[in-house]
Amino acid sequence: MHPHLKPGPLPLSMQLAPGNQLNHFLTVEGLPYQLLHDIMDRAEQFVTLPAKQQKKAPLLRGKTVMNLFFENSTRTRVTFEIAAQRLGADVINLDIRTSSTAKGETLLDTVRNLEAMNADMFVVRHEHAGTAQFIARYSAPHISVLNAGDGRHAHPTQAMLDMFTIRQKKGAFEPLKVAIVGDVLHSRVARSQIHALTTLLTGEVRVIGPKTLIPAHIERMGVKVFHNLDEGLRDVDVVIMLRLQRERMAGALLPSEREFAKLYGLNEQRLELTKPDSIVMHPGPINRGVEIDTEVADGVRSVILEQVTNGIAVRMAVMAMIMGGNTGSAA
Amino acid sequence: MNLIIQQARLLDPRSGTDQITDVYIQDGLILAIGEPPQLTSFQADERVNAAGMWLMPGAIDLATWLREPGLDHKATLASETRAAVASGVTTLCYQPEPATSIDNSAAVNLIRKINQGLQLAKVEVIGNMTFKLEGKRLCNIGGLRRVGCVGVTNGWQPFENLNVLRRAMEYTSTHDLTVFMYPLEHGLAAAGVMHEGEVSTRLGLPAIPSAAETVAVAQIIALMELTGSRVHFCRLSAAGSVRLIRQAKREGLAVTADVAAHQLYLTERNVLDFDPLCHVRPPLRAQADRDALLEGLSDGTIDAICSDHQPHELDAKLAPFQQTEPGISALETLVPLTLRLAEEGVLPLLSALAKITANPAAIIASPAGCIAPGAPADLVLLKPEVLWDFSLATMRSQGKNTPFAGWSFQGQVQRTFLAGRTVYQAQEAN
Repeated sequence: MHPHLKPGPLPLSMQLAPGNQLNHFLTVEGLPYQLLHDIMDRAEQFVTLPAKQQKKAPLLRGKTVMNLFFENSTRTRVTFEIAAQRLGADVINLDIRTSSTAKGETLLDTVRNLEAMNADMFVVRHEHAGTAQFIARYSAPHISVLNAGDGRHAHPTQAMLDMFTIRQKKGAFEPLKVAIVGDVLHSRVARSQIHALTTLLTGEVRVIGPKTLIPAHIERMGVKVFHNLDEGLRDVDVVIMLRLQRERMAGALLPSEREFAKLYGLNEQRLELTKPDSIVMHPGPINRGVEIDTEVADGVRSVILEQVTNGIAVRMAVMAMIMGGNTGSAA
Repeated sequence: MNLIIQQARLLDPRSGTDQITDVYIQDGLILAIGEPPQLTSFQADERVNAAGMWLMPGAIDLATWLREPGLDHKATLASETRAAVASGVTTLCYQPEPATSIDNSAAVNLIRKINQGLQLAKVEVIGNMTFKLEGKRLCNIGGLRRVGCVGVTNGWQPFENLNVLRRAMEYTSTHDLTVFMYPLEHGLAAAGVMHEGEVSTRLGLPAIPSAAETVAVAQIIALMELTGSRVHFCRLSAAGSVRLIRQAKREGLAVTADVAAHQLYLTERNVLDFDPLCHVRPPLRAQADRDALLEGLSDGTIDAICSDHQPHELDAKLAPFQQTEPGISALETLVPLTLRLAEEGVLPLLSALAKITANPAAIIASPAGCIAPGAPADLVLLKPEVLWDFSLATMRSQGKNTPFAGWSFQGQVQRTFLAGRTVYQAQEAN
């Protein structure tokens, strides 16, 4: 047996090289406070730089980024693609359905084949938790892996673009109360947001939802649990609404979209319970009239479209920090 | 072949014996202990000087997923019986699974025939309760009984409904066989791959609540009352199950239970960072469950410790956690982990050994598992003071899927006898 191929734990420590240099970006869990701010600082530079100037600083020129999407997601894939292209990388999109790997080729075979095509970075989305960590652990040492969502586990770039948006609007995290509302059980976004918010020393992090959608012992991740939306929204500075998947009705987790909308949907009345200058966020795509009303989604407090724009800057920042060497300032 | 094993510390849990003495062996059986046999013309072919060593009955493992025939790429009887005797296990209970179904006497005889060519360890067979383990139609349980199956089981496969289970239990008890039940309410387990708790929440893995086990235990106990059948509960993992079985024993039901050795040392926390080597069924549970299992062992609620040995090929564990196959290659750590319980003071030495010798022997009605005149000379000599490291390099099982590599153990097997024949002897290097 090749020693490299020994099954075992997939330690988070492989994300960081000495000096807190990012090797991979797999999860927010375990990353230091300062590094999270470094990522946001770097994103800030990309936001303020006009697009044409960015192309003059092609930090990833000559590098090949492969988007490995084992699960469908046009939007996320496109933002990664734009981010990589703006940094001068060659981008290859591979739509690999899990079924095709189930036909015989193992995940490792797929990875080996792509390595042989001179990839430098894999952007991975997969329906199973831990897949990005798995690929990072067993890929050739020169390959970096960026997690674009693994099962219910993590979606670290989404969480970081959310943090970046909060920081832009609110400044410091310490005095803030942040509420995450809806289907926390199935949400990798929520898990990554919780890790990011607690690492950034946010004053209070709340999760709000019916018991069927709140996973066991989540309070041990450092959050307060609310089952009543009105109570949970009181005096918060930031409301993050999660997307509700239609298939949750089939699993007996919820009776109907209508009941969910009534009890856990964000509307203008409920928004009154939050701080007067609160902001409303959503990782998208939104279900209007289910978890969020159109008036709120398109209202003055909504920063949903800014999140999308920031998504490109944050993904550029992470890619640049992984492949461009040190965590210092941009070119 | 006649033998005298001289001056070993004899440890026999069944009789409670713990003393330094001689053991006389003739024609595969234990002839006498202490005093030389008087009436026979006993001539020893070999005198084994065992001063300073422990002599214990060969361990009896209630659950070994031996894979052959059908899953030979994972393991074979040859590879696994060799691993067994080198680690102090002399009787294995063959556990059927869908790919290695024990539907009829021919399947039992085939395993016997393969093992007859090996003659390293005894292999007892647990037969199928339902045809192909599909949970629908009964197997020829009477026939399985006639060819010597020590019990029947449906493994982890569900029954179509509780009525099939009820009838299967009744029919099995007609033949005075023990039912080996794996308690799992499949609806509650759904697609879960680990214990539902703090760690599954953190990792975002689909989870199995403890209730998936305890609900099934409660149902089976209710059906025992209805059918009067004898049930052995396999692989308890949850504190609630221990409570239910303790109560059932108090009420006088014919119930026994086992636990896999790894459940006594590992918890959900060992799954952290997606370690596929800790992907097992039932899942590793919380610290409180582990404590309850130890308490259940200590007060006799849990009768036996087994390996639940599930050897796998490399690829079965080399994938994202959810895609890996559950199970640990655990045969070679059964005796070491059990001895460690005594070393750590969880159980007195003889009680710990009883969990892998006398008690499982009683569950499968085996004459082995004890050191007494007339019993088969399935014996293990070990050096109690030797500290050794368990490693993949020296592991004998074909499956290398163990989370215990690198663990240090005290007490090393020096020689193993099966019916008086030496089936393993350690190299004389140490």
